[in-house]
Amino acid sequence: MADIALQGVTKKFGANIALRDLDLDIKDGEFFVLLGQTGAGKTTTLRVIAGLEKPNSGKVILDGQDATNWNAAERDVALVLQQYSLYPRLTVRGNLEFPLKSRTHNLTAAEIKDRVDRVAETLQITRLLDRKVERLSGGEMQRVSIGRAIVRKPRVFLMDEPLSALDATLRDVLRVELKKLHSELGATFVFVTHDQVEAMSMGDKIGVLNKGRLVQVGTPSEIYAKPINTFVARSVGTPPMNLLDGTLRAGTAVLDAGGFTLPVTRIHGADGARIRFGIRPENMVLDGNGPASGRVFDVENHGVIKILTLDVNGTHLHATVSAQTKVQIDEVVPFGWRSEKVLSFDPTNGRNLDLD
Amino acid sequence: MATAVLTTLDPQSRAASRGMSDLSIRNLFIIPTIVFLIVFNIFPLLYSLGYSFTDFRASSSAPANFVGLQNYRDLLADPFIWNNFTITAKYVIVSVVGQVIVGFGVALLLNRDIPFKGLLTTLLLLPMMLSMAVVGLFWKLLYDPSFGIINYALGLGTFEWLSNPNMALYAVALTDIWMWSPFVMLLSLAGLSAVPKHLYEAAAIDRAGSFYTFFRITLPLVAPILMIAIIFRTMEAFKTFDLAYILTSQPTTEVISIRLYKMAFQEWQTGMSCALAYIVLIMVLAITNIYVKYLNKVKER
Repeated sequence: MADIALQGVTKKFGANIALRDLDLDIKDGEFFVLLGQTGAGKTTTLRVIAGLEKPNSGKVILDGQDATNWNAAERDVALVLQQYSLYPRLTVRGNLEFPLKSRTHNLTAAEIKDRVDRVAETLQITRLLDRKVERLSGGEMQRVSIGRAIVRKPRVFLMDEPLSALDATLRDVLRVELKKLHSELGATFVFVTHDQVEAMSMGDKIGVLNKGRLVQVGTPSEIYAKPINTFVARSVGTPPMNLLDGTLRAGTAVLDAGGFTLPVTRIHGADGARIRFGIRPENMVLDGNGPASGRVFDVENHGVIKILTLDVNGTHLHATVSAQTKVQIDEVVPFGWRSEKVLSFDPTNGRNLDLD
Repeated sequence: MATAVLTTLDPQSRAASRGMSDLSIRNLFIIPTIVFLIVFNIFPLLYSLGYSFTDFRASSSAPANFVGLQNYRDLLADPFIWNNFTITAKYVIVSVVGQVIVGFGVALLLNRDIPFKGLLTTLLLLPMMLSMAVVGLFWKLLYDPSFGIINYALGLGTFEWLSNPNMALYAVALTDIWMWSPFVMLLSLAGLSAVPKHLYEAAAIDRAGSFYTFFRITLPLVAPILMIAIIFRTMEAFKTFDLAYILTSQPTTEVISIRLYKMAFQEWQTGMSCALAYIVLIMVLAITNIYVKYLNKVKER
């Protein structure tokens, strides 16, 4: 069990800067999710924490101790990778025993067997114990890989997109199990993903990475409701937040697209200021009347809800409506928004003006 | 009849654009190859099998008499022949074990980030590309007791590498190790670089020691390809002739192929030597089969 802190970590690969002056604080027992696109530096961050990469500058602190120069074994972390990394030619039992057989543990054969059996039971892989790992399905392999991580009772669990190679159903099942595992073990989890649904549903805290920089850290609801800038705003939520450029006029928003006037509750800036308004699809109102109108471009039926794509003079907006709403493609519908939910961003640097 | 199975050419293929049909490919390439193989390989093989049951001598005009299994019986009861086999076995074990240790060891060293890795690998491969006869001749000079560089460098005085009957076989094996370790190295290197890096990382995270990692991850994954190298080297070492023949003429270095050569072309016991050749062939096949069985087992695991 451990706190993790990164202080001013920079990591370069040749001329390519993977991490720029990264500061990160992860509390003991937290389920911390690093969210970012491919190449944002998520995996590098994880590998720096694991001790597989040495930062060019900055410090890695584990439990208050400077661990920058410790190797992977000394840091006592466990790593679960997307490609499972199971040891080939060994059985499931052989794989689970592997970390326990190192001399640092000094366990007797009975203790090893006991721990392996208990872990196998937790992950429901007891019946697979004597099978060769090559004969397992993807989901089973990932379970074994998670098992190999927890059998050692490490200080920190690091997971690098462990679920992204699995099919959707299995992903949901393992997501729930991982969450349960986390609450049972009470250990620190650092979980890397590019999937915002995963991040939102699993994390106690989310850190959003962009181009090697940590953009925002917060609880899922903070990230969702109060994104620090347009990048974070677009990173979470499906479909992503609608961003509309407009001008403030007499306490209302005049949109560039179509010139519609819509109400705004929190006003930032003087009359005539350029603002990028952000509104989540579920806060769009399509109740048959509204100050603006758009042509229905696409309808996706998700059972409980429908996701509409509205074309407003060339700008596409998403709106989530109840499945009972009857709309036709190419129909022109009036819409409005919940003015108290509207976010205002600076159109030049993308910053959320609510937080200033 | 034969043409009936031939398929027509894909009109887009390059052979077709040059106007070659399957038929002309067959006539130009396949038939000559098969004829060549039959005339120079298959026919002598079968013909010598026939001779191995006779007392034929190529040096005399006396007609060959059929003697049944007499040649085989005589050879297998001959203590001198068994001595040749013992020498061969000793040679095979020493040189193959040496090559695997040196070759695999060097491969392990090369399989990390070192400067000039490509150049180094190429240079290390050079011995393998030399002709056996050339290697034999200059190692004879290197081993020379009075002016050879080996004695000079090691400060051994006038140590007799080749004329000392107890040392000569090991000297030949040493030369073979020098020449063929690169082959084992090359194959091991291919095997080693195919071990995924993330497995080593996982092992490092799991706090496995370097020995444990080597025996649990590296070796099992390289084993099949290492096995192939061992098969090749065993077969080659078993039928080795040139190195031993050029380097020394000690009775203690008379491996089976030298005995065979002497029997066939110095004593002109053609029938007898055919029988011996067949005994050697069967032995090589048997050893190879054991290896291949083992290889398949290694692969299955």
